[in-house]
Amino acid sequence: MTGTGTMAGTVSAERVAAEVVDPELPMLTLAELGVLRAVETGTDGSVTATLTPTYSGCPAMAEMRADLAARLESAGFADVRIVTVLDPPWTTDWISDEGRRKLTEHGIAPPGPAPRHAGGGPLPLVLSPTRRVVPCPYCGSADTEETSRFGATSCRALRRCRSCLEPYEQVKEI
Amino acid sequence: MSDDHVYLSLAGIGDGSGHGSGTEGVDGDARWAFGTGFTDPLHGVATTLSEGVDGRALAACCTALGDDALVSAQRLAQWCTRAPELEEEVALANIGLDLLGQARLLYSRAGQADGSGRGEDAYAYFRDADEFRSVRLAELPGGDFAFCVGRLLVQSAWRLAQFEQLTGCADPVLAAVAAKGVKELAYHRQYAAEWVVRLGDGTEESHRRMQGAWDELAPWLGELYEDGVAESFGVSPRSVAEATRAVLAQVAVAAGLTDSPAAPVPGSGRAGDRTEHLEPLLAELQVVARAHPEGTW
Repeated sequence: MTGTGTMAGTVSAERVAAEVVDPELPMLTLAELGVLRAVETGTDGSVTATLTPTYSGCPAMAEMRADLAARLESAGFADVRIVTVLDPPWTTDWISDEGRRKLTEHGIAPPGPAPRHAGGGPLPLVLSPTRRVVPCPYCGSADTEETSRFGATSCRALRRCRSCLEPYEQVKEI
Repeated sequence: MSDDHVYLSLAGIGDGSGHGSGTEGVDGDARWAFGTGFTDPLHGVATTLSEGVDGRALAACCTALGDDALVSAQRLAQWCTRAPELEEEVALANIGLDLLGQARLLYSRAGQADGSGRGEDAYAYFRDADEFRSVRLAELPGGDFAFCVGRLLVQSAWRLAQFEQLTGCADPVLAAVAAKGVKELAYHRQYAAEWVVRLGDGTEESHRRMQGAWDELAPWLGELYEDGVAESFGVSPRSVAEATRAVLAQVAVAAGLTDSPAAPVPGSGRAGDRTEHLEPLLAELQVVARAHPEGTW
C-alpha cells in the first residue's frame, strides 16, 4: 500500500486519532480515557498528537504512541509526530462520560471524583476508614468492598460485590 | 533514543523511514510485542534547560532520586512469589512499577541535564554500586513483611514530602515528574501505613514483628533527614524531615509502636557510602543488560 493524501483530505487527523483504543482498556479510546490531549494539523499537513501517561510506570505508553502513529500514517498523514506531556498530570477526572459508561458496561466500575488537596501544607495521611460507595457494575448494588487497592494494572483496584458476589475491578481515582 | 526502538520495528511501523506500512499491525500483530517498550520515556518532551538551572546539579538530583526509586523497585519486585497473599504481591509489584517509571523519567532527565545525552539504560544498567547515590535504606535486604511495609512507609512518606516541594522547582520536567509522582506516592504511603497499623495493632506476634522492624529502620532515618540533594531545587531538608517525622509519629501512635533511641549509622548513600547489599542487588538487576549490551528485545 502506498500512502496517499486522499484520505487525509476527507477525514481529519483528529477524527482518526480519536478512534485509537487504549491497549489495556480496549473498550475505551485514548480520547475517552483522557490521555490524548491534543491533535493539531499544521498548514504543511503535518500532524502533532499529544499524549500523557496515566502513571509514571505505565508500560503501555510505547504501544499507545505506536498505535497512534500507525493509525494516522495509514490514514494518509505522512508527517506524524507524537509528543509526550507530563504536565498537568493525568487525572481520572479526564475520563469522559462516554468512557465511564463503557467501563461500567464492561464490568469495570468507573472512578469517583479524584482526591483534591487544596493547596498549602503537606498532603495529610488519613488512617480512619474511608467509606466510598462504588456500585457494582453488574447488579448495581451499593453493598461492595475493596479487596485490594492495586489490581492487574496500576490504574485499577480490586473489589467484590456482597450482593451478587461478583468480583470486579474499579478504575481508582487519581 | 527515538521511536525507532524494537517494538516499532517488530510491529513494522514508524521505523523512521516514513513508510506507513503497518496497518495490519494496528489491530493485530502490533500487540504481541507489548511490554517491550524500551523507548525514551521523555520522548517528545522539550529537552532544553531553563536559564539559571545548573545542569550538573539537576543531573545529580535526578540521578539520586532515580537511584532511590530503582533500588526500591528492585527490592519490591523481589517480593514476587514471596508475599503472604497474592493481593499483596500484586500491590507491591504495582508500587515497584510506579517507582520504576519515576526512575526512568528521572534518568532520562539526568542524561539531558548533564549534557552526556545518555539514555536511561546507561544509568540503570551500566553504573557500578559505587556510582549509585541512593540512600542506604533502599538497598537493605528484604527482611520480613513487617520490615517491607515499614520501610515502604518511611520511604514513601519521605519521597512524597520531597516531591511535593519539587512540584514548584525551576526545572519544568523535574517539576512535572514530581507532580505526577505525588499522586502515586500518596497511594503507596496509604497502603504501607494501613499495613503498619494492622500489624502493629494486630496480634501479639504481628506487633512483635512490626516493632522489631520499626527498631531496625530507626538507625537509617538520619541519612534521609539530612539529605540535601534537592536543596538547590527548593526542597528544604528540614521541612521534609519534619513532614516525614509527623507521618511516622501519626502511624506509630495508631499502630501502638514505640520509638527507641537509635544512633544513626555513620555515612551517607548520597556521598557514595554503601552497604554490602547493593552490589548483589545490582548484579541481579544488570546481568542480562551487561551480558548483551547491544541486545534488544
